Amino acid sequence: MFGIEDFWSYALILPVAVGVLLSALVLVWWERRLLGWWQDRLGPNRVGWFGSLQALADLIKLLTKDDWLPPFGDRVFFIMAPIIVTAAMLLAFAVVPFTPVLVIVDSNIALLWFLAMSAMAVYGVLLGGLSSNNKYALLGGLRAAAQMVTYEVFLALSILGVVMLAGSFSLVDIVENQRDGLWHFIPQCVGLVIFVIAGLAETHRLPFDLPEAEHELTAGFHTEYSGMKFGLIMAAEYVALILLSCLIVILFFGGWLGPAFLPPVIWFGIKTFIVINFFILLRAAIPRPRYDQLMSLGWKILLPLTLVNILATGAWVLAT
Amino acid sequence: MTALILFYVAGFVTLAAAILAITRTNASHALIYVVVTLLAIAVVFFLLGSPFAAALQIVVYAGAIVVLFLFVVMMLNLGKASVAREQTLLTRGIWTAPSLLALALFGVFLFALIGGDHETVSQARMISPKEVGIALYTKYVLAVELAGVLLLAALVGAYHLGRRYLADRREEEEAS
Repeated sequence: MFGIEDFWSYALILPVAVGVLLSALVLVWWERRLLGWWQDRLGPNRVGWFGSLQALADLIKLLTKDDWLPPFGDRVFFIMAPIIVTAAMLLAFAVVPFTPVLVIVDSNIALLWFLAMSAMAVYGVLLGGLSSNNKYALLGGLRAAAQMVTYEVFLALSILGVVMLAGSFSLVDIVENQRDGLWHFIPQCVGLVIFVIAGLAETHRLPFDLPEAEHELTAGFHTEYSGMKFGLIMAAEYVALILLSCLIVILFFGGWLGPAFLPPVIWFGIKTFIVINFFILLRAAIPRPRYDQLMSLGWKILLPLTLVNILATGAWVLAT
Repeated sequence: MTALILFYVAGFVTLAAAILAITRTNASHALIYVVVTLLAIAVVFFLLGSPFAAALQIVVYAGAIVVLFLFVVMMLNLGKASVAREQTLLTRGIWTAPSLLALALFGVFLFALIGGDHETVSQARMISPKEVGIALYTKYVLAVELAGVLLLAALVGAYHLGRRYLADRREEEEAS
């Protein structure tokens, strides 16, 4: 029943999951350093070399903190919520091809699997907000649900152009399609911009962190969370950022492709790192829009744009 | 063999979660069981050779429709009082008639299942997303068009309701 490929797939699961979580941990420190640098302040620089052990110190702090369960909330949902977000984001990595060999499952529904898992992550945020029985958390959860369901539409529609060009939902096929021709970010520049915006809204990071919006909702849907449950929600957010960057690299920037003097996995790493830094720069540079502005941007501008993009790409595919 | 075992596990989870979804008195708990049912059905679709339908099942049903249900439940702010009221509504008398009807349907289903010839899990063939797309836009193009018209009607209806709300609010602002 199980061949050598299956064994390779199973063997990859743990390294990928641990690798992604460790990268998320390092990313917390890296983001704070970069933000400090861009905002002309120091940032965390005390623990270890240039503060590089700050992430470890944070982890120890989170693990040893009092893990408080609100007695007025729905306990089961409260515990389930961080698990759902983290699990959904980690499961999405099952289809991410770091190189043609370094992929757990290469399926012909890989892209749909990513969309399905980002759709499941909504439940974590929604249940977290609902179960806390706290008005700020409830408002945050409501905002998160509306925002994520809305932007899922554009997330899915914006990548249809890429799917049409490659003729497949498989991420490996999509990268291979870019080997001989242009990388997709040139013919699909509209798709890329919309994917970046929709992805930001989907991961609810700044500037689109309205579900958290600490100036108006204290901490939004995770107001009541403490200790490692809060840690898991934060980890899921950074895992989502890495996932989004990986997908942008795969869909639009040729994945592991690059000049032969470096191995494919290094190319993939370099590109993903650049995209992650771009997202951190966005966080530092752009203020948060109002909630109705975010919604009208989606339905009034992004939706027509994606549909025109799909139409134009379809015409182009038919003509050539 | 593995596929068959997984099929029965997924089927059992579907049924158990569906029964739990009906019997829960807390609306948000019931909805989460609905999500579990939908996810288990997605597994069944996958095992029957249609990964595309499985993925769409998760994206559309579990990922969008039930989220909106849960959204409404959150807005209604149902507390302990509504759970208590549900408990008084769900008496034995209420259960009898629907249970009998469901039992009759189950009998018909069993009859068809035993009598008819059907594909088993092991005979199923993997269907790629491309095949689904080609079938939709050749053989079933009329159904796709009809669904489009239906959705357009829903869209116009939603716009009409929203516009009336906006007009009412404008009048109020002018009056004040």
